[in-house]
Amino acid sequence: MTTIESSQETFEQGQVLLEAKNLKKYFPVTKGLLISKVTGHIKAVDDISFELRAGETLGIVGESGCGKSTTAKMMLMLEEPTEGSILFKGDDVHHGGAGVRKSYRSSVQAVFQDPWSSLNPRMRVKDIIAEPMVINWNITKAEQQSRVLKLLNDVGLNEYHSNLFPHEFSGGQRQRLAIARALALNPSVIVLDEPVSALDVSIRAQIMNLLKDLQAEYKVAYMLIAHDLATVRYMCTWVAVMYLGQVVELSPVQELYNNPSHPYTKALMSAALPSHPDTEQEEIILQGEVPSPLNPPPGCYFHPRCPDAMDRCSVERPEVKEIAEGHTLNCHLF
Amino acid sequence: MAADLSGIVIAPPTFGEKVAGIYRKLKRLPVIPVFLLSLVVIAGLFAPVLAPHDPEKGDLRERNIPPAWSSGESEPKTVVERMSINDRATSVTLSDAKKVNPDAQIGDQIDIYTRPAGSTKFLLGTDHLGRDVLSRVIYGARISLLVSIVTLAVGGSIGVTMGLMAGWYGGAMDEFLMRLVDIKLAIPLILIALVLVITLGQSLWIIVTVLCLFIWPRFARQVRGEVLQLKHMDYVSLAKVSGASTARILFIHIFPGTINTLIVVATLQVGIVILLESTLSFLGAGVPPPTPAWGSMVSDGRDKLAGGVWWISTFPGLAIMITVMSLNLFGDWLRDTLDPRLRQLE
Amino acid sequence: MVTTDTRIDTEVVLSVEDLRTHFTTRWGTVKAVDGISFDLRKGETLGIVGESGCGKSVTMLSLMRLIPVPPGQIVSGKIVLDGEDIVPISEQEMAEIRGSKIALIIQDPMTSLNPVFSIGNQVEEAIEIHQDIPKQSIMDRALEVLRKVNIPAAETRVKDYPHQMSGGMRQRVVGAIGISCQPQVLIADEPTTSLDVTIQAQYLKLLKDIQKDSDLSIIFITHDFGIVAKMCDRVAVMYAGRIVEHGSVRDIFNNPSHPYTEALLASVPRMDRVVDRLFSIEGQPPPLHDLPVGCAFADRCPVVMDKCRESYPEIKAVSDGHTAACWKVE
Repeated sequence: MTTIESSQETFEQGQVLLEAKNLKKYFPVTKGLLISKVTGHIKAVDDISFELRAGETLGIVGESGCGKSTTAKMMLMLEEPTEGSILFKGDDVHHGGAGVRKSYRSSVQAVFQDPWSSLNPRMRVKDIIAEPMVINWNITKAEQQSRVLKLLNDVGLNEYHSNLFPHEFSGGQRQRLAIARALALNPSVIVLDEPVSALDVSIRAQIMNLLKDLQAEYKVAYMLIAHDLATVRYMCTWVAVMYLGQVVELSPVQELYNNPSHPYTKALMSAALPSHPDTEQEEIILQGEVPSPLNPPPGCYFHPRCPDAMDRCSVERPEVKEIAEGHTLNCHLF
Repeated sequence: MAADLSGIVIAPPTFGEKVAGIYRKLKRLPVIPVFLLSLVVIAGLFAPVLAPHDPEKGDLRERNIPPAWSSGESEPKTVVERMSINDRATSVTLSDAKKVNPDAQIGDQIDIYTRPAGSTKFLLGTDHLGRDVLSRVIYGARISLLVSIVTLAVGGSIGVTMGLMAGWYGGAMDEFLMRLVDIKLAIPLILIALVLVITLGQSLWIIVTVLCLFIWPRFARQVRGEVLQLKHMDYVSLAKVSGASTARILFIHIFPGTINTLIVVATLQVGIVILLESTLSFLGAGVPPPTPAWGSMVSDGRDKLAGGVWWISTFPGLAIMITVMSLNLFGDWLRDTLDPRLRQLE
Repeated sequence: MVTTDTRIDTEVVLSVEDLRTHFTTRWGTVKAVDGISFDLRKGETLGIVGESGCGKSVTMLSLMRLIPVPPGQIVSGKIVLDGEDIVPISEQEMAEIRGSKIALIIQDPMTSLNPVFSIGNQVEEAIEIHQDIPKQSIMDRALEVLRKVNIPAAETRVKDYPHQMSGGMRQRVVGAIGISCQPQVLIADEPTTSLDVTIQAQYLKLLKDIQKDSDLSIIFITHDFGIVAKMCDRVAVMYAGRIVEHGSVRDIFNNPSHPYTEALLASVPRMDRVVDRLFSIEGQPPPLHDLPVGCAFADRCPVVMDKCRESYPEIKAVSDGHTAACWKVE
C-alpha cells in the first residue's frame, strides 16, 4: 500500500463500507478535590448504529449537544468509544490490530468547520497538502509535488498557490485547501464536519458543488455533520437525525423529507427557515430546551418536549422500527 | 465594540506592502537598547582584541588609580621627623616627603597626593590589585555572554521539553511537572548555590547548573500554556487523522507555534540570568577568581567605596544595569511585535 | 403568514439619506458604506442582507453612532430618527437617544451581558439610565420586560447571572434590555446565529409578538435569506458598501432584479424541494479599499456588459417601491 494507484481497493457503489454498531461515548463527571469520585456520566452518544455505503453521503443532523460531533470524532479515531464498535470493510477498527488501524487512518480523512484553524499557519500550502502522503506513502518528493499540483487543480486553485502560506487565502479558498489535503490519500471516506457553515453565503454553494463534483471523481463516501436541513437535503443520500445522543430517525433522504415521521424531525423541519416568504409551514414551536445529557429523562428522551407524548413515553424506551424501506425510527407512535 | 472589518483585507499583501510592514516594525525598534546590547555582544566576542590590558594581571604599584578624567587629590601636610598617631592626618614623615620633593625639610608644608591623578593608560582606572577596570569590564561581558548562552541552551531545552510534555499529555504528567515547578519556586536557590560552592568549590559549571534550575520553570510554564491552546487547533486533529505520530505533531505542528513566545521569554530571561550570575558572583559563589565577572568586580570594590575608591564597583555595576535594562526594553518590543493580538492594533 | 407588503400609509420613523461611512486604513480609504438610503416605517421590519464585508454591520454601527473614530467617520449623509438628524448631534445627546429611541441586539449574547452582574441588575440599569422613576418602579418594570420575553419564573431568575442561563435565555435577556425603554427602532444584528434551530424559532416568534404588541420598527441585519423570508416586510440587499436592490420581500423573492440577488437566492439550498445543482457565484467580493470604477459585482456577474465596468449604475425603479442598481434594469 505504498503507491497512489494501489492505495484503494475498488469498492462497489452502495456496498457497506463503514458500519457503526451500538456506539456509546460516556464522559465521566468527577467530583472532589483530592480523591475524585465519578458522580455520573455525560451520555454524549448513547447507543447509535448506522451504515455508510461506498460513494454515498450520510448526513447527521441535530442541534448542538446532540452528539453529532462526538460521533464524528469517534469515526475519526480521535475519541475511543465507551462501548460498541466501528467496522471498516468488516474489520473492527478500535479493537483490531495495528494494520487495521493504519489502513483505516489512511482511508478516512476529514474536513472541519473552521477554515482558519484547520491549516497550520506556519506551513506552506504544498507541505500542508503533502503531509498525509509523507506520513502514509513511500513515494518520492517529486511524486508528492506533482500530486499536490493535481489536487490544487482539482479543487479549483492554481499551481502558484502551492508556495503560499494559509493566511494569504480567503475563507472559501482555505476550505478548498482543506479539501485538497483530505483527498491526498485517495480516501474512501471523508468526514465533513459542518464544512460550509463558517463561510459566506455566496461561497457556500461553490464549496458544496465542489464537494459533489469531487465525490463523483474520487468515488469517495461522505459523512456530513450539519445542523442545516436544507444543506443536508442537497448533499446527502441518507440522513440520521440525532437528539440527545441517540439517532431518532434514519432514512434515505427523499423518504425523510417527503415523510418525516418522528415528532422531533417534524419539529426540526418546521423550525427551519423558509425558502420563500409564502412557504406554508406547520408551526410546531417546541417548548423548553434540550435536557442535560448528564441526566436524561426516563423513557423516550424526547418526551418532555414532545407535542404527541403519551403515558408510556415517559416510562418505556421506544424500540427501533422500520416504517418503510430503509426508513427506521424510535417512537411509540409507530 | 469594534466594527466588523472582516472582509476588508481580502487581497494578500503585495511585496511592497510586506516591505512596508517590516519597515513599520523596525521604525519602533528601540534604537538605544539595541545599540547598547550590540556593544555588549561585541565586547564579549572580541574581548582579547578590544581590551587594552590583561584583565587578570596587574602591577600593585599601579593600584587604585582613578579613571582618566580624575585629577587626583592633594592635601597640604607638615613634614615631621617622627609621626605620632594623632598627627597622622596632618603630617608626613621626612622620608616620605623626600619622595615627592627631594628638597623637603622638617617643618615645611608640602602638598601630598592622597590619590594619584588618572592616566590615559587606564581609562576607567585600576582596582586594588592594579588591574585595568576597563579590560575587566570588557572580559566580564564575555563571561556574562557565555553563562547566558549555556544556561539558555540547557535550561531552555529542559523547560521546553517539560512544557511540551505537560501541555500535550495533560493529566498526571501535567500535575507532576507543574508540581516540580512549584517546588522550584519554593526552594531558595541562592542558598543552595552557596552550599554547593562550599562543599564542591567554586566553578563555572556549578553556577550554570544553578541558573538552569532557576530558569527552566519559566520556559515550561509558557510553553505549556501555548501547547494547551495549540493542541485544540483543528490542524492538530487533522494531523492525527492523517496518522501523524505524536513526535511529528509535537515537532512539526506544535513546537513551531511556540517559537515567538520562546524568543520573548528567552530575551527577558537573559536579563534575569545576568542579574543572578552577578548576584552569585557578588556573594562569592560565582565564577572563580581571577576570571573577571561583573558581579565579583562589584563585590571586590565594595569595601573600598568608603575610602572614595568608587570606580572599581561602579563600572561593572553600570554594565549590569545597562545590559539588563536594554534586554528588558528589547524584550518588550519583541513581545509587542510578535504578539498577533497586538499586531492587529497597528 | 400574513404580512402587508408595504405600509405606505404609516409614518416614517427612521430615514437614512445617502449615508457614507469611510475608514482610513493603511491600505487606503475603505468605503465600508458608500451612499445608502432607505426609510423605515412604524411597525415594519426591514431586512438588510449581505455577506461579510458588504457594509451591513457598519450600517448598523452608523445608525447607533458607534463607529470608532478614528479610523472611521460618517463622511456625509443624514440619519433622521423621529424627525431629528442624529449625525451632527453631540455624543452626549446621542447617549440619551441610544436605548431610549433606538436599541441594538447583537449576535453574541455572551459578550453583550456583563458576567459579574445579575440579569435583573442589568435590565434595571438599562431602565435607570433613561427613566427617572423610583427604584421600586424600576424593579417592577424590569420584571415586566423579562416576563415579556418569556423568561420562565422571572421573579426568581432575576437574581441569576448570565453564566447560569442557556444561550437562548441569555439572548432573551439581551432582547429584554433592548426593549426595556420602549424604543421606536430595534436593530437586530444576526441575533439568532449562535442559537439552535428550535431555539431560533422560539426567539423569532417572540420578536414578532413583541413587535405586534408595541408597534416596534425592526431592522434585521442578516446574511440568511431564510430569516428575511420569515421575518421581514421589506429587504435591502447590500454588496460592497451599497444597496444594490431594495423592495418588498415578495418583490425580492418573486422578481429579483439585480443579478447578485438572483444569484444569491439561487445559491441557497432548499428544504422544500430537490435541487439538482446549486447556482454558484464564482470568485470573491472585491476588497473595499480597491473597488472597481463601475459596478462592484461586474467581475462575478453572469450577465456583465461593457457598460458595467465603465460607470456605476444608477438606482432605477423596477416597479412601485422596488429599486435596483443595475444597467440591465430598463
